[in-house]
Amino acid sequence: MGVGLLGGLFDKFKQGLKRTQDLVLAPMGRLLGLRRLDEDQMEELEDLLLQADLGVRAVDQLMARLRFELRGGSEIDPKAVLKDELLKQLRQRPARPFVASGTQVVLLVGVNGVGKTTTLGKLAAHLKARGEGVLVVAGDTFRAAAIDQLERWGERAGVPVIRNQMGGDPAAIAFDGATSAQAKGTPWVLIDTAGRLHTKDHLMKELDKIHRSLQKVIPDAPHRVLLVLDATTGQNGLQQAEVFARTAGVTDLVLTKLDGSAKGGVVVPILDRLKLPIAFVGVGEGVDDLIPFEAEAFVDGLLDA
Amino acid sequence: MFDSLTQKLSQAMKTLRGQSKLTEANLEAVLREVRMALLEADVHVSVARTFLQRVKEKALGAEVMQGLNPAQAFIDIVHRELVEIMGGQAPEHPITFASKPPTVVMMVGLQGAGKTTTCGKLAVFLKKLGRSPLLVPADVYRPAAIEQLHVVAREAGVPSFRTDVKDPVAICAAALAEAKLKGWDTVILDTAGRLHLDEGLMEELVRIKAATSPDEIFFVADAMTGQDAVRSATAFHEKLGITGVVLTKTDGDTRGGAAFSIKQATGQPLKFVGEGEKLEDFQRFHPDRMAQRILGMGDVLSLIEHAKDKIDEKEAEVMARRMAKNQFTLEDMRKQFQQVQKLGSMNKIIGMLPGLGQMKDQLASVATDKRIKHLEAIINSMTPAERANHNLLDGKRKRRIAAGCGRPVSEINQLIKQYVETKKMMGQMNDPKFMARMQRMAKMGGGPNLPF
Ligand SMILES: Nc1nc2c(ncn2[C@@H]2O[C@H](COP(=O)(O)OP(=O)(O)OP(=O)(O)O)[C@@H](O)[C@H]2O)c(=O)[nH]1
Ligand SMILES: Nc1nc2c(ncn2[C@@H]2O[C@H](COP(=O)(O)OP(=O)(O)OP(=O)(O)O)[C@@H](O)[C@H]2O)c(=O)[nH]1
Ligand SMILES: [Mg+2]
Ligand SMILES: [Mg+2]
Repeated sequence: MGVGLLGGLFDKFKQGLKRTQDLVLAPMGRLLGLRRLDEDQMEELEDLLLQADLGVRAVDQLMARLRFELRGGSEIDPKAVLKDELLKQLRQRPARPFVASGTQVVLLVGVNGVGKTTTLGKLAAHLKARGEGVLVVAGDTFRAAAIDQLERWGERAGVPVIRNQMGGDPAAIAFDGATSAQAKGTPWVLIDTAGRLHTKDHLMKELDKIHRSLQKVIPDAPHRVLLVLDATTGQNGLQQAEVFARTAGVTDLVLTKLDGSAKGGVVVPILDRLKLPIAFVGVGEGVDDLIPFEAEAFVDGLLDA
Repeated sequence: MFDSLTQKLSQAMKTLRGQSKLTEANLEAVLREVRMALLEADVHVSVARTFLQRVKEKALGAEVMQGLNPAQAFIDIVHRELVEIMGGQAPEHPITFASKPPTVVMMVGLQGAGKTTTCGKLAVFLKKLGRSPLLVPADVYRPAAIEQLHVVAREAGVPSFRTDVKDPVAICAAALAEAKLKGWDTVILDTAGRLHLDEGLMEELVRIKAATSPDEIFFVADAMTGQDAVRSATAFHEKLGITGVVLTKTDGDTRGGAAFSIKQATGQPLKFVGEGEKLEDFQRFHPDRMAQRILGMGDVLSLIEHAKDKIDEKEAEVMARRMAKNQFTLEDMRKQFQQVQKLGSMNKIIGMLPGLGQMKDQLASVATDKRIKHLEAIINSMTPAERANHNLLDGKRKRRIAAGCGRPVSEINQLIKQYVETKKMMGQMNDPKFMARMQRMAKMGGGPNLPF
């Protein structure tokens, strides 16, 4: 038995092993484990990155960086390269902690059904658990049973909810909330708002009215405007973020529903363009399912497919 | 924000001018643009890839039809293929009713997709068909979800099932029994939003299905969904065998590629679209419109439909006939203005035209409600004879009109010019040569901005 034959067998064995590996390993994991990538593999990787909702431009950028690294002809670590590039974009603005000082007014905004009310409930519970006083304002006077939903969350978090009638003026109740909190020295006022598509001018103007009525009570309110984004959202998230940032003075993002299979990659182009921090991510419907954003863990999620 | 696909394609097609066949080589740049458009519209990567392969095969070697340039011929193929995949002609009946009532319709989907709202919309839709729906709250998890459904039912003017039972399966079974007893012929089950990854909750749906044998299981999906649409839709379909899809929140500017992905992933028809938060903001699904929207061609047809709902049909018909005969007068134009105002604010209409790119901004700046009111006021100040024949409008008459409506003469001149142009264009619509000329103009960068 010559060496040639043994060598041939060994190669076959290796090939077989590789095929098994291909089947067992997640496709992204397999590609990122390579040290050189051919054109087919690059294309496959590109498709996988696109599936994370990063968008065409961000993916083009990532692929360009990989191509640049590959040009040298030496071996590369694709995962490290991509991580480096993504983290750069995600870390442009560090998250600002929620620190009580006087009365801080926090407004939650976003399109329909993304998780504003739920996020508010979780945030209220979190602040309350820190031992800080919270007043919740039922600023969605439009959607069916929105006020009841918020009151249920108020009970869950053990914090008071201030409300007016369904169909009432959100700016008026926001004014009442800010006034009452300031009088009592409550450190946190969390204001829920109705879901609205960013394309609806009259509804966006309503947010402006809430701003102005808050400022009559506390000149620098709202201190934080959280734009809530749903991780299942695709490229429309970019339009949402741009319009809300421009017209509602967004200060932070919240990314919800990351417990699903969606990766929420659209925040990468959003952060790149708008330079906003992500304050929290939502990972479930329970009261504790709101956690701080960890760029590294998030990127690992993006690259795990 | 996105340039329209049409604009980009024309760019990519520049090199093709004068070539009469579509070939592998000359298609490459174009296919890249279409791919980009599909991805920006959130069509799933693999779905886009398969689609492009299919389009390429169709397009290769296809003769370019007389009067079309290669770009137009190609868009035509892309568009037709997409319409075909999205469902061709919309089905005659979007809902299969049980031969023996009650018919059971089950709503399923991810959290916040719009299931509860859609229950109310569907109830209104069914009521118009003369049916008696019963809404059933089977979401015992989300705070105040049951209350929300009761409110929605009240708004829809239909009953909702009330019970102290806390188990979703038992609630649905009991509601079905009550419907049989009381003669409600359609039972709509509002299930809780859930992740397809949540095995326990997915099993619950299977049990509800087993207990109620639904005639329809509608997967309710947010039109803004990205690449994940394939995964979630596939998972719900594998577990439950969905029978149709409702696409919600199409009233925004999302291009709605998820519709394409879901259709491809499940093979199940898209049945309805949600177009707003109100219960009447609900329509049958139209494959051709969705295809145009995904491709970024502007949902013009949907706009027309929307307009038709509110415009007096007869009046519109008369006007169409007059247009065809080139008898369009200033009086007709006035009626148009009135109808446009009836449609509500222009903003809403413009908001319904996704992917219009720059045009949308232009429109938004010009077509404010106030301007239309002014134009109407000008025509109001004309005599019937003047409205019937604009040639009567000399300087003296214009000054009289200006005084009557409080608008400057220059604005009156502008209106007349606009009217004459409109009239001319309408006259030419019947002329086949006209469309070809318009297309040539569009290519040269001047002239009206036509979709192709
Ligand atoms: N799995 C999961 N579900 C969530 C999360 N956040 C919110 N939800 C669910 O998403 C659905 C919508 O949440 P809401 O808080 O009502 O959303 P909203 O933005 O207030 O909705 P509108 O006020 O109607 O615009 C509910 O079923 C929530 O339980 C999350 O992080 N993960
Ligand atoms: N703009 C717009 N909003 C919609 C449409 N359909 C539903 N919504 C809104 O989307 C939000 C969520 O709708 P729901 O009906 O509560 O959604 P759901 O799927 O029942 O939510 P869960 O039960 O929490 O899973 C609400 O704010 C609705 O008003 C639509 O077609 N257009
Ligand atoms: Mg809410
Ligand atoms: Mg619901």
